[in-house]
Amino acid sequence: MKTKSKMNGHTILLLITIGLFIVLYAGGCIAYSSRGFSHLQTFLNILITNSGLICVTCGLTVVMLTAGIDISVGALIAMDCMILAVGMRSGHNAIVMILIVLVIGIAFGMFQGFLVGYLEIQPFIVTMAGMFFCRGMTAVICTEQVSITEKTSKLFYDWANAKINIPFGGYLNNKGKYMVPYIRPSVVIALLLLLFTYLMLKYTKLGRAFYAIGGNAVSAAMMGLNVKKVKMVAYMLSSIFCSIGAICYALNTMAGSVSQATGLEMDAISSAVIGGTLLTGGVGNVIGSFFGVLINGTISSIVKTNGKLASSWPNILTAALLFVFIVIQSVFAMMRNRKK
Amino acid sequence: MEGNVVLTARGISMTFPGVKALSNVDFTLRKGEIHALMGENGAGKSTLIKCLTGINDFESGEIHVDGISGPVKNHSTKDAQEVGISTVYQEVNLCPNLSVAENLFIGREPMTKLHTIDRRSYNKRSQKIMDELGIAVDVTQNLENYSLAIQQMVAIARAVDMECKVLILDEPTSSLDDEEVEKLFTLMRALRDKGVGIIFVTHFLEQVYAVCDRITVLRDGQLVGEYPIAELPRVKLVAAMMGKNLDDLAEIQKESIENVEQKELEISAKGLSHTGTIKPFDIDIHKGEVVGIAGLLGSGRSELARAIYGADKANTGTLKVDGKEVKINQPIDAMNLGMGMLPDDRKAEGIIADLSVRENIILALQAKRGMFKQLSRAKQEEIADRYIDLVRIKTPNPETMVKQLSGGNQQKVILARWLATNPDFLILDEPTRGIDIGTKSEIQKLIVELASQGKSILFISSEISEMLRTCNRMAIMRDGEKVGELDHDLTQENVMKAIAGGEKEA
Ligand SMILES: Nc1ncnc2c1ncn2[C@@H]1O[C@H](COP(=O)(O)OP(=O)(O)OP(=O)(O)O)[C@@H](O)[C@H]1O
Ligand SMILES: [Mg+2]
Repeated sequence: MKTKSKMNGHTILLLITIGLFIVLYAGGCIAYSSRGFSHLQTFLNILITNSGLICVTCGLTVVMLTAGIDISVGALIAMDCMILAVGMRSGHNAIVMILIVLVIGIAFGMFQGFLVGYLEIQPFIVTMAGMFFCRGMTAVICTEQVSITEKTSKLFYDWANAKINIPFGGYLNNKGKYMVPYIRPSVVIALLLLLFTYLMLKYTKLGRAFYAIGGNAVSAAMMGLNVKKVKMVAYMLSSIFCSIGAICYALNTMAGSVSQATGLEMDAISSAVIGGTLLTGGVGNVIGSFFGVLINGTISSIVKTNGKLASSWPNILTAALLFVFIVIQSVFAMMRNRKK
Repeated sequence: MEGNVVLTARGISMTFPGVKALSNVDFTLRKGEIHALMGENGAGKSTLIKCLTGINDFESGEIHVDGISGPVKNHSTKDAQEVGISTVYQEVNLCPNLSVAENLFIGREPMTKLHTIDRRSYNKRSQKIMDELGIAVDVTQNLENYSLAIQQMVAIARAVDMECKVLILDEPTSSLDDEEVEKLFTLMRALRDKGVGIIFVTHFLEQVYAVCDRITVLRDGQLVGEYPIAELPRVKLVAAMMGKNLDDLAEIQKESIENVEQKELEISAKGLSHTGTIKPFDIDIHKGEVVGIAGLLGSGRSELARAIYGADKANTGTLKVDGKEVKINQPIDAMNLGMGMLPDDRKAEGIIADLSVRENIILALQAKRGMFKQLSRAKQEEIADRYIDLVRIKTPNPETMVKQLSGGNQQKVILARWLATNPDFLILDEPTRGIDIGTKSEIQKLIVELASQGKSILFISSEISEMLRTCNRMAIMRDGEKVGELDHDLTQENVMKAIAGGEKEA
């Protein structure tokens, strides 16, 4: 009845995810080495492109750990980006606008969290309403695409174009010029947030409370945890992280538009699931989710590098991967049950 | 408040939809006493406890706790912990996905200087706590890897480790075996001597007389009275709980083993095994026979039954049912061959809390008939009514959701579910767990009666005495192996000796 091995099923799932990423990436390097896939910059580009998604996935992982879901994130990003773009267009300072967006994130998350935690409404319903609200508000603010340019905000423009050079891994391009690999500030933000979430989940009371509630909310309450509050905080974190993600997103796209980040919530959920987070709650961590994002990013990158594949291929591959992972997860669950 | 009183409840009333669960109940707990809270299933014991700890919002009444001026109104377990009340609830309430150590410390983790939780320190402390209790676990492993008994001990350890003035234990012993119960009692006595007031709920009367100093009896949500233990002998206690005298248990008349052995075989297993849980075993069960399985917890009692029933598919051996060799791959095959099994882990495999009592009762019967042969509503109601009556399920009506029943009544619902399938061969794994003394003897009678109608029964229980009363023969289990059988001279002493085996006697 006892498992002797130190390694439990969840660690194995995480290792599978990491292994899969390595295989996928190595495959890309071998197949497309002539097109520069093996350069460090390709990997860094995946990080840059997905910096917003990393932030969102961190928040979503937290919510999913409590056995909840937050599908408002894509729409919230669109709304945040629109607010940033419109605000800067009308001459407001970038820092002020960023603060406004963060405050909106906190307030929005608190409200959703209140509905889920204290009024015990289904999280799917609450965040679906949140999603419609944010998309709608985006259109109310402005129906057209609004760009952020050097003229509207010099500061934001400079951030977006700032390069942080990496002192190794460079290469000579075909004109013989030495290319220094770089990342953008958005990557730094995303990785710091990832580290923060990892430490929070592992080493704080709050972090462990998320796991406890996902494992069994009734038990958690009977052990003296404040389930309602912890749930609310989960949704708050999701929206704050999402707003931070929106800033990364805006730095990458330099625009706000109604259709921005459509379906991003599904990318985030699928990344978390591929990373070993269970939709039923209580199991998962952000390292897995991070690799989930990287796997999704690598697939897109491979398809882009290939150039001949239709752009819908990433979706199909992600679908296949998701399927494989869900099967693996349920096989593990079945094996565990059998052992008992 | 008197000097030695640690907790008083005055005039507590509480109503659930359709049920007056408590009416005007008084309760007093003194320092350094173990106080039994007794009553039949549904009497209101757990409800009273949940009023004390803030899970239930009672309508009227007052609670006072020593050292706190004014009435105390808890709103959650956390509040209760803060005034010094620590509780193990009837349902084991832990998080399976966290490690044993985390379950012991969650919500009160030791912190480092950086305000992060100090894993190293609580892992060490947890290991010490469990070692002191003499329970062999690796505290860094997830709780779900361990048996129900160990989970229950973890829940107890958690409550005990908290500095408390009042310790509440609601049926903590229901899935423990004698050895673990003894460990718990030692622990309880030590705490009592330190001045902690302990409330103890159980349906095992021997346990009450073994550790308690005082008894409060509830019946149908009303206080019957509070008695020092010496003034309430067993017979009077049962009468106080039931409101009438218990029917004589000696009434149970089982068939003699010689008679039973003349009948045909219902089940005949040869060399059946399931890798990792049970070594190859042979067992024969005649028609009209009750065979008990005795052994310590984890000795393979349930596993033997599961291998026959196909819940764990047998890897080796042959099985004959009614003389014909059969192959059972999964439980539905067994059901179609006329078997039924009441599983041991009711929470995971049994109760569907959000369905009504009626739906829960007809569930297995419906599954057996197949999806398309729906039982008519009238038929369903008839069956539900019959079994509610037979096993005395206390429910406002058959349409009440199972989660609204008391713990013991939920157990009865599942028992009813399997009885309703009317099987030729019935496996009962701990059928009387959490069930009150009156119904317990009803169930024992029912088992003997079913046997006299020609049904075969495999009966697993930690209580040897109830098996002695009903079984014609007993199989003895040790370390995942069937080590022998007893048919003549079935006495407590003989069975205990057989269970312990030769090695232990020295
Ligand atoms: N959540 C609930 N909703 C509705 N009714 C309830 C609920 N919990 C308990 N009851 C009812 O209150 C009564 C008392 O139940 P309680 O759980 O206190 O019994 P108990 O004495 O602990 O019994 P047991 O020995 O079976 O555990 C029962 O009739 C039960 O049906
Ligand atoms: Mg109870």
